[in-house]
Amino acid sequence: MGERFESVQQVRDGLKAVNYLADDGIAGVAFLADRLGKPILVEGPAGTGKTQLAKSIAEATGSRLIRLQCYEGLDESKALYEWNYKKQLLRIQADRNSDSWNDIHDDIFGNDFLLTRPLLEAITAEDPVVLLIDEVDRVEVETEALLLEILSEYQVSIPELGTITAKQIPMVFLTSNNTRELSEALKRRCLYLHVDYPDMAREKEIVLTKVPGVTENLADQIARIVRSIRQLDLKKAPSVSETIDWARTLVLLGITNIDAQQAKETLHVLLKYQTDIAKAAKELSVDK
Amino acid sequence: MLDLLAGFVNELRNAGLPVSLTENLDAMEAVQHIPIEDREAFKYALGATMVKNNSHWRAFETVFEVYFSLRGPEYKLKEGDESDIDEMWREMQEQMRQGEGKGAAGGSMDQLTPEEIAQMLMNALMNGDQAMMRALAKQAVQRFAGMEPGRPVGGTYYLYRTLRNLDLDGMLDKLMEKSKEEVGGELTPLEERLEKDEYNDRIEQFKKEIEAEIRRRLVADRGAEAMAKTLRKPLPEDVEFMHASRDEMQNLKKALGPLTRKLAARLARKRRHGRKGPLDFRNTVRHSLSYGGVPAEPKFKYPRPAKPELMVIADISGSVAAFARFTLMLVYAIQGQFSKVRSFVFIDGIDEVTEYFKSTEDVQEAVHRVNTEADVVWVDGHSDYGHAFEVFWERYGKGVGPKTTVLLLGDARNNYHASQSWVVKEIRAKARHVYWLNPEPRSYWNTGDSIVGEYGTHTDGVYEVRNLRQLEAFVEKLA
Repeated sequence: MGERFESVQQVRDGLKAVNYLADDGIAGVAFLADRLGKPILVEGPAGTGKTQLAKSIAEATGSRLIRLQCYEGLDESKALYEWNYKKQLLRIQADRNSDSWNDIHDDIFGNDFLLTRPLLEAITAEDPVVLLIDEVDRVEVETEALLLEILSEYQVSIPELGTITAKQIPMVFLTSNNTRELSEALKRRCLYLHVDYPDMAREKEIVLTKVPGVTENLADQIARIVRSIRQLDLKKAPSVSETIDWARTLVLLGITNIDAQQAKETLHVLLKYQTDIAKAAKELSVDK
Repeated sequence: MLDLLAGFVNELRNAGLPVSLTENLDAMEAVQHIPIEDREAFKYALGATMVKNNSHWRAFETVFEVYFSLRGPEYKLKEGDESDIDEMWREMQEQMRQGEGKGAAGGSMDQLTPEEIAQMLMNALMNGDQAMMRALAKQAVQRFAGMEPGRPVGGTYYLYRTLRNLDLDGMLDKLMEKSKEEVGGELTPLEERLEKDEYNDRIEQFKKEIEAEIRRRLVADRGAEAMAKTLRKPLPEDVEFMHASRDEMQNLKKALGPLTRKLAARLARKRRHGRKGPLDFRNTVRHSLSYGGVPAEPKFKYPRPAKPELMVIADISGSVAAFARFTLMLVYAIQGQFSKVRSFVFIDGIDEVTEYFKSTEDVQEAVHRVNTEADVVWVDGHSDYGHAFEVFWERYGKGVGPKTTVLLLGDARNNYHASQSWVVKEIRAKARHVYWLNPEPRSYWNTGDSIVGEYGTHTDGVYEVRNLRQLEAFVEKLA
């Protein structure tokens, strides 16, 4: 199997070098996926860095990232491969008189006429790649089946060509926002990683690495306030990316020490629903 | 190792987690790459291969703690192995002696007075000193829990005894005072709140340490299998509404959010897909114009099924209140799937509560208002289905039409009042469907004062809905 990393610690260091702070779970599972040669199914609330994880792993290992964005109606010709029928047509017309039927038939279903789509591309790549299948919960249950062969065997069967097997096993990440239950068959083939909101210390670290010009003190305050807000019963808790946005806002405004008033005025960066903002503002200013 | 893992997997399955054979094999392979000494990584390795649903994580963690808690160097129970903690402990004492000039004799924790322990705990909490907290948790359990080998009481009993002696609530107040002193003067409300959250968090952590310590001791005493059995808790979706503890209620509420989102997505998808109607002649001809009159692109009529109207009539008397609450929350969370939702609550009087849900976006708040403001008591506040139904028919009966689906929620324990089941019969004659949802186990139906059978004959079906899983299945069928 793949030997991209030597230890869990190395995964963590590698990710840190590209500004992604992994916790024990993330680093451990990434290491395991590399060793077992299995895809990782990453689930969690929106904006906790699921997609970023795949990007960072690609960056840390110096691999190319191939991304398949899922959406409703995604099908084989967009995900796996497609025959370049225009070229096939030209080929047939070009030597209408010379070749026998059999020659043409064999010829037009060859590699020259195959358009590779992300999944096939990841399999046939010569250089190291990381395959990211983003928001896999958006495709229909039936389409999920397309992924099964590639996820377990790392191969693609094309009826006219035969089976194409991977030259090297890519790292595969699937992300899901959990809008529907994924099929058992898919889950079984993957390692499962749940990425949740980071704890306070890690969030502070994230703010410190991602936001230039933020002071230690401010980052600490930000992390604390965000944690308090997440404990409230909100429609949509602030995500990590929103925390970072908020930190940027505060830095731009030249605030070094947040008081209740300033927090209230900039809350709309952090929360996106009016009811949530009202609730948080009330909680933060009223002493209980 | 393999034996241990097999027992572990067995216990997971007993706890209700679906662990397939391939997942089991994956786990076996995974543990060869990760040393058991790195406990966190080991835990995540097992979790990643075997737990594929985040709501099962807690159950997994509990079983893991039980099975692997006695492994790993920092978790040894015997006194002799505690050298590093002891060392740290001595250092702490040195500091204390120097700091306060007090000559606390001896080098061991056992000789401290409870006051001193409280003081140490406060310092540890104040500084967020993890190692110290762990040592103190150990000490507190040893001293206060009064654990006796072979005694058949659960961990909660010991936990309660330990916590009672530590008085953590008082500790929080003291911590707050102290941090105020340190700043010198008043904290702003924001700062105060943040400090409080911080200390709360640390105290929570400390409680967890104590719990873990008690569990470790119990496992050492009774063995992993017996312990796992007593700790086995139902998964959130299997918790019964009627017997949920406060903790479980919280978990249920948390589980409800993602569940409704999934349900809504699934229903919307069901509505959109997989239905092809007959050829739409007009539309096809219109589109044929762009192909020079050749009907190259056939168009079809897609049937758009009418969304049902929903009327929920819920008993909110004590025993079934939680069930009514969850059903209302679920129904309103997916109200986009219905053309109209009206809701009524009753005990022995009945009141319409649709307005509460309309006036606010926050379902939690609406449910709270239902519980506090709705006028549902007529005589004595004991369930009277008969009277409630009668009044419903009189006041709101006109609202029931051929598109309406009526849901009746309750255990039909009527306190031996008149049943007035003719109302249900009348409703059924006018409405599209009438369903009865009963939170009691089927075996209790029609025992004592339950007359669900009598009402049931006039409905299109009586369903046992004891937990979230059953509720979800029913609602999916409904929409």
